[in-house]
Amino acid sequence: MITLSLADLAIAALLVLLLGLVTLRFHAAITRLLLIAAVRTAIQLALVGLVLKALFANVHLAWVTLMALFMLLIAGREVMLRQERRFNGWRGFAVGTFSMFLSSFTVTVFALIVILGDSPWYTPQYAIPLLGMLLGNTMNGVAIAMDRLTNTAWEQRAVIEARLLLGERWDNAIADIRQQAIHSGMIPIINGMATAGVVSLPGMMTGQILAGAAPVEAVKYQILIMFLIAVGTGLGTLAAVIAGSRRLFDERQRLCLDRLRSK
Amino acid sequence: MTNPGWVSLLSGGIPACNRKRTVSKAPPLLQIKNLRRLMIGPVSFDIAAGDCLCISGPSGSGKSQLLRSIADLDPHEGELWLAGESCEAIAPEKWRTAVGLLPPESHWWLPHVKDHFHDGLPVPLEHIGFSAAILEQPVIRLSSGEKQRLALMRLLSNRPRVLLLDEPTANLDPENVRLVEAVIREYHVAGVTAVIWVSHDREQIARVANRHLEVVAGRLQERDPAAVS
Repeated sequence: MITLSLADLAIAALLVLLLGLVTLRFHAAITRLLLIAAVRTAIQLALVGLVLKALFANVHLAWVTLMALFMLLIAGREVMLRQERRFNGWRGFAVGTFSMFLSSFTVTVFALIVILGDSPWYTPQYAIPLLGMLLGNTMNGVAIAMDRLTNTAWEQRAVIEARLLLGERWDNAIADIRQQAIHSGMIPIINGMATAGVVSLPGMMTGQILAGAAPVEAVKYQILIMFLIAVGTGLGTLAAVIAGSRRLFDERQRLCLDRLRSK
Repeated sequence: MTNPGWVSLLSGGIPACNRKRTVSKAPPLLQIKNLRRLMIGPVSFDIAAGDCLCISGPSGSGKSQLLRSIADLDPHEGELWLAGESCEAIAPEKWRTAVGLLPPESHWWLPHVKDHFHDGLPVPLEHIGFSAAILEQPVIRLSSGEKQRLALMRLLSNRPRVLLLDEPTANLDPENVRLVEAVIREYHVAGVTAVIWVSHDREQIARVANRHLEVVAGRLQERDPAAVS
């Protein structure tokens, strides 16, 4: 394995700077975003590297749990911020966060205990990267699905109410919109699985191969990860859409769009 | 102008089949007690089977909100009773099937007209100026007037006991206004039903109503349904 020196990273950073100079001429605002994001990447990853190093040196369930909760809260905040119309009050944060907790955490713990079976099961070298990959993908699915759900319900409120007025139950009146939301939340991972290895080489597998792992071993891990991500994203999306759509109606099955607020 | 016979025939009260042997009177078909919603209320009134009650008032006075509240589509204060049963005791979807609201604008969410209908119409499509072929049409080809007439038939296919009509003939030409009024009358006299009809057309009110309430500053005031001016 070729270790990277700081100078190697500096060269890559220079490329980003060059890109920033070019975009400056055409779209100055994007240059700013690009540079801020690049700096964030460097700082955040450096910090997480240090945290992981400390975590690997002190294997304890409490530290792993703390790290996992921190990641979950950040993901929950991100989901909330990505909503054009989110639920009022604590639910604006809780619906997405709880859906991710439900899916990512259960799938990660299941994989750690049943499939990987290391001792102890929470060995951070496996637990944290696994959870990170699951959370990152579930976050996308949940954020996209909830955004789609609330936005479409807002746009189609007249149709939903027309269906209620004709005697349909709330879950029937919003069934199409629910389906669209679930579809848009799950389609990225479905497409990802469909094109894996043919069009794209997934990042995790590429990383392992770069680090010197045997390709077949890397592939086996990648298949495992893809399946776990699919299950995590699917469950998270379903949970968010079910909880979110229920919250759009009151106990008399009236559409309550005043429970949403726009950005 | 006087009330047409079709209303006065039934406005006397509950048809024989509904009469109980006991001396106690059957409850009115729909009771509204202290209903309050935004600028409307509190309002209270009863409506008996056979009644056709018109509600008028300036636009923005809350007539639509009143109807939406009676259909339990908007949150409201006060009580609603259907044939002696409280709204809260009836599942919302059952209430809205029994107390059917026709909103001013119709919405369609499936590709073809027929996808939106249950089997069996209480009034033949021909009576509102369509042949059965209209059911095979894609919704996208319908004019707004056609949609409005079909929306009435779609609502009637639920066989509501109370019809709430929010300006059902706005934007229709005189010929179709006549057809729509006739179909509502046909449905109304055939069953044990009541109609609440929002209209601002005094001549229409005189044609169809046996009772008339006007919204004045959020309250309802009794008016003569036959007065044209």
